Amino acid sequence: MTLLLEARDVARSFSVSAGAFRPKRTLQAVNGIDLQLQAGEVLGIVGESGCGKSTLARMLLGLTPPSRGQILLEGQDISTLDRKALSRRIQPVFQDPYSSLNPRRSIVSIVMLPLEVHGLGTPAERRRKALEMLERVGLPARYAENTPGQLSGGQRQRVAIARALVMRPQIVVCDEPTSALDVSVQAQILNLLLELRRDFGLTYVFISHNLAVVEHIATRVAVMYLGRMVEEAATPVLFESPRHPYAQALLASVLTPEPGLGIPETGLGLAFPDPLNPPSGCAFHPRCAQARPECAHTPPAVRRDALGQVSCHLHPASASQQAGHEQ
Amino acid sequence: MSQDVAEPVLEVERLSVDIATPRGTLHAVRDLSFTVNRGETLCIVGESGCGKSMTSLAIMGLLPRAATRRVGALRLLGEDLAGASSRRVNALRGNRMAMIFQEPMTALNPAWTIGEQLTEVYRHHRKASAAQARDRAVELLAKVGIASASERLVQYPHQLSGGLRQRVMIAMALMCGPDLLIADEPSTALDVTIQAQILRLLADLQRDLGIAMVLITHDLGVVARIAHRVAVMYAGEGVEEGTAAQVFGAPRHPYTRGLLDCIPVPGRTARGALLGNIPGTVPSLIGDMQGCGFKARCAHASAQCAQPIELRHDDQGHRWRCVLEAPVDTLLPPGAQGAQGPSVGSSS
Repeated sequence: MTLLLEARDVARSFSVSAGAFRPKRTLQAVNGIDLQLQAGEVLGIVGESGCGKSTLARMLLGLTPPSRGQILLEGQDISTLDRKALSRRIQPVFQDPYSSLNPRRSIVSIVMLPLEVHGLGTPAERRRKALEMLERVGLPARYAENTPGQLSGGQRQRVAIARALVMRPQIVVCDEPTSALDVSVQAQILNLLLELRRDFGLTYVFISHNLAVVEHIATRVAVMYLGRMVEEAATPVLFESPRHPYAQALLASVLTPEPGLGIPETGLGLAFPDPLNPPSGCAFHPRCAQARPECAHTPPAVRRDALGQVSCHLHPASASQQAGHEQ
Repeated sequence: MSQDVAEPVLEVERLSVDIATPRGTLHAVRDLSFTVNRGETLCIVGESGCGKSMTSLAIMGLLPRAATRRVGALRLLGEDLAGASSRRVNALRGNRMAMIFQEPMTALNPAWTIGEQLTEVYRHHRKASAAQARDRAVELLAKVGIASASERLVQYPHQLSGGLRQRVMIAMALMCGPDLLIADEPSTALDVTIQAQILRLLADLQRDLGIAMVLITHDLGVVARIAHRVAVMYAGEGVEEGTAAQVFGAPRHPYTRGLLDCIPVPGRTARGALLGNIPGTVPSLIGDMQGCGFKARCAHASAQCAQPIELRHDDQGHRWRCVLEAPVDTLLPPGAQGAQGPSVGSSS
């Protein structure tokens, strides 16, 4: 395994308006995240709305600069890389195929555009490459001159995938790629992503709120809560024995199509996480059924061990990890 | 699960909804029949465009102007709704039958406080005083799990989180103690942990109050956990109906089977293996449909599928609209696709 992409203590805050005559407030969207992405892995990032998973994705893509920390692509800080050079190696697929495609262009020209921007090949070669890629994602040449408006949601997502892959990137960051789709179409797109990963040797960052989907496609899973990563582990480890109470609640909330099991009790209470006003100490403590007194005022240290990483007072870090933030 | 004497709250017979479009008549719902008894939750499940939301609007008498409803019979507690005056339907809506919508932010009026919106329905239908209505609102907000309810009454929808707003919607629907509650994707816009809380609340209220609930969703996971009975819709038709155990355990319609195979289930589906899928796309609902709407995508399709398909049933109340005699799982797997595939719900 080679380390492909690494985030070192990245954070990003936004300043948001609190009203016409009030001072701006700071929203800490991502707050000190470390992660490593090995070549060939599928890293699933899960969490609820407002947990910062999309901001993290934008930082990994180089679309939003981090306000602290750095992101390294094969050891090189991406802020030092030229935007074009970066986009040849890492590409996005976004959630909404209705807004991520130009409605006035034909799909073949949408897929050709990255090649044009990078000045690769002659126009005829670019068109051939785009048509090949469209064919590969399941859109035969007869669709080539259609505009996105003439395609179904699943077909549009195929166009977005073809556009991402036409430059043959190493990494594809998929931000909720199937959330806007029906289940039967979702299965088609997931299967396509699995096949493409095998055929092109791709590495994915796969962001989703659907844990069943992440469990299926990811090799590692990171769980985020209010800008922090609360747990990270290999998929089988996380799904069989989650350690953080939030990860446990999230897994318990998955409603699988198994009749007779009833609706799970998450034990989370009604406290709603407000990213503008995160709780002190461990951000999860107001909703946590296992909270202890120290959770309210001391943020937990990150414990790194053979199983992965977890930030929770129930799983204290070793003394050396607590002392230094180094590994 | 079923009571000794089933008391039908909602009876729908041969419901059709047509929508006039520039390209012709779109048959959004075709010939749909079902009954919901007191104390029962019926889930209507299907993918976008299958007609499930149009069904709920047709029952409530809230169809858009371009849509027309044809129905053999539509009865609420034995009372005919199909021929009822709009005045009578207005008196029942919000009172004996209530509805919860998917997106509470758009269903609530942003310019009114929670309290004003909650009490309006009650005062209108029950001719109650402001104080009585307020007491009722506080009682219901407490029932849906909202603490310090009296303080919430003066808040506006934007001051609440999505989960709290949906609880307010539920409280509002229950203000007049309805016999029928229709919930259209009540948890879809919510985060997963909040979704579980809202569904649990709905299931508890449905059981405690003994109401009849119709829950409309695209999520088979939700259906499996909350439904007593399930109706699967495809292209405007009801293709299968039965108890949750029947539909998930021994589906009779190939579409139901296909839909179940599309869903990865932790612990059951092999990680990283290809999921089952349904090839092709939904047919156009404009114009006449000959025979089974699913035939073009069905691996088991034969010549008889082009003929009108009769509704079959067994003696356990399981109904399906398919020519196949045997449960889908007992048939040979069609083709290689999904050969190593998942076996969701095929335990029986």
